[in-house]
Amino acid sequence: MSIASSIGNYGIVQFLKRNWGRRSVIGIPYGFLILFFSVPFLVVLKISVSSTDALGIHFQDLTSYANGIFELKIKLSNYIFLTTDPLYIETYLSSIKFAVINTLICLIIGYPFAYFMARSPATMRPALLMMVSLPFWTSYLLRVYAWKGLLDDNGVINNVLIWLHIIHDPIKMMYTGFSMTIGMVYTYIPFMILPVYATLVKMDLRLLEAAKDLGATPWKAFWLVTVPLSKNGIVAGSMLVFIPSVGEYVIPELLGGPSTLMIGRVLWDEFFSNNDWAMASAVAVSMVVLILIPLAIFNKFQSDSGGARGL
Amino acid sequence: MATPPQLHNGKGTQDMADSVANSTAREDDSLFVRIDRLSKHFDEVAAVDNVSLDIKKGEIFALLGSSGCGKSTLLRMLAGFEMPSSGNIYLDGDDIAKMPPYERPINMMFQSYALFPHLTVWENVAFGLKRDGMPKDQIAERVETTLGIVKLKPYAKRKPHQLSGGQQQRVALARCLAKRPKLLLLDEPLGALDRKLREETQFELVNIIKSVGVTCAMVTHDQEEAMIMADRIAVMQEGRFLQVGPPSEIYETPSCVFVAGFIGDVNLFKGKVIVDEPDHVLIETPECRHFVTHGITGMIDMQVNIALRPEKICLQSHEPTLEQRESPKEQGYNVARGTIDGIAYFGKFTLFHVRLESGMVIKASRENSARHEETQLVRGQQIYVWWDGSDVVVLAN
Repeated sequence: MSIASSIGNYGIVQFLKRNWGRRSVIGIPYGFLILFFSVPFLVVLKISVSSTDALGIHFQDLTSYANGIFELKIKLSNYIFLTTDPLYIETYLSSIKFAVINTLICLIIGYPFAYFMARSPATMRPALLMMVSLPFWTSYLLRVYAWKGLLDDNGVINNVLIWLHIIHDPIKMMYTGFSMTIGMVYTYIPFMILPVYATLVKMDLRLLEAAKDLGATPWKAFWLVTVPLSKNGIVAGSMLVFIPSVGEYVIPELLGGPSTLMIGRVLWDEFFSNNDWAMASAVAVSMVVLILIPLAIFNKFQSDSGGARGL
Repeated sequence: MATPPQLHNGKGTQDMADSVANSTAREDDSLFVRIDRLSKHFDEVAAVDNVSLDIKKGEIFALLGSSGCGKSTLLRMLAGFEMPSSGNIYLDGDDIAKMPPYERPINMMFQSYALFPHLTVWENVAFGLKRDGMPKDQIAERVETTLGIVKLKPYAKRKPHQLSGGQQQRVALARCLAKRPKLLLLDEPLGALDRKLREETQFELVNIIKSVGVTCAMVTHDQEEAMIMADRIAVMQEGRFLQVGPPSEIYETPSCVFVAGFIGDVNLFKGKVIVDEPDHVLIETPECRHFVTHGITGMIDMQVNIALRPEKICLQSHEPTLEQRESPKEQGYNVARGTIDGIAYFGKFTLFHVRLESGMVIKASRENSARHEETQLVRGQQIYVWWDGSDVVVLAN
């Protein structure tokens, strides 16, 4: 029954009384997010367009009212600076590049993994799922840091290779795009596996039999039936990996090097090294605008066309 | 269930499972599908147990049985989804038992239809043709023709979930027929439809299959569906065929107690042979003495079952007269006294439950051909039930 017809039948007061449970279930997390995400974000937005006082320390109000004149002051110089300094543009592009690489590798490794997990005997699936989520049981920081011990010039991998006389000098792995990508894939792969698994496990296997019956080889059946029907899982997994990868700070900081420009580190530097809060806020806001809004539109398009797919 | 050699029923109660393939193989040009001593074991349990069968070209053949009897496994072996543990399958002379499903010129209509949800009706029907590498213009033409056959042309652009159950079924059929398979398999073709739609669809489906001329094997647990649609039926139990034959033969001369009970209603009398003469046998059961006229012989004291269909029984308030009898020799036999225990009016016929003096309750039906029956039977009434000696089927234990 739609909300409109409920109101029509019972009146507003009854509707609110009748649905208080449902409203609070939805309302509490929403309220929490509005309070602790939207409000701080608006604060950041405000800071990014605020001008400072003569000392450059205190932010001034955006609006003022004096002598019957309402003034709205929006400082755009931070945003203009973003477009003129190549560092920021390069960092954005580099962040997106690493996020795309990470997402693709997660998909290439995670999809077969999810596939075989979904096709394994039903009795084994809980154990396999458990193993995918097992890394979450230890601190993410520790796990990322542990890679240092493996990949360092003096780390486990180099030492073993030297001991085996495969190499004479250590391979430079740490503080490169390689080490950072390993850390990112390692951290984010469960977020790809789980949604893909969820769509694959509920797929009707008779569709594959039907495809084979109609002359499709197992490989063709996979590409023409399994992959299209797991599209929603692939999209969800890619979002879950891509979005946080773009703004990732800890992994670039621990495993990345000078060549791995990531927006998260630039943000940190602006806030805590340069102490330029207004600039940092502008970076943060533009990241949201440049990345999240296209993704949101893409998502909307996906769900509109996905609705007709019966999944 | 195998019939002992002592009892031989002239109307064909021999165990068909053993004889069909061996006696008729290869002589008949119209033999199209040949299943030869096919078995499938799952963990040492035989789902299909040494089954042989021939299907003629253009025939609609039904595998009938309750769930777990092996009929679906047999169908899946024909489709190629299960590999036989032993035995061969020949289609038009070629051994296909080890061929993967995508190479077999066989298409299956799934019980759940298994339509691709991400493709339109048109794309679903074209799916198999594209796999064959057919040129595009030919695909378009073939899809159009096939959608025309199942009357779905206006729905070509819809997705499966936008169609009704009956329409989805026709898409599934079209998807199979578009490939012009040598053999069409139907897995519980009407199982997903509601009763009213099922009756309409049964005839439509048969008409389409017959007009296309494709050979067809179907699986069903619904004896009515099998009898309406199929030219021949195999009744299966525990992985074996109990009887193979046209619907009327299976109904009128079931080969064993299970088949008699599975196809339609039946009254079973248990008794033993007391007289064996060249033209008849006498069988004594607690209900009455049965005078069986058709050509069976049996040893004296042999334990047998007598199967009698409800519609073969006459009910009346007085003993049958000599004139009513098929032969004067039957007078005094094939008759029992009882009380009407229940009456169920079905419109075209009325079903009576009659409690005989032995305590057995038999079912007897009477066709309501006249608007007013000359004698109105009522509950609790004392009546006589009787039948002709040629209408019973004697079955071994």
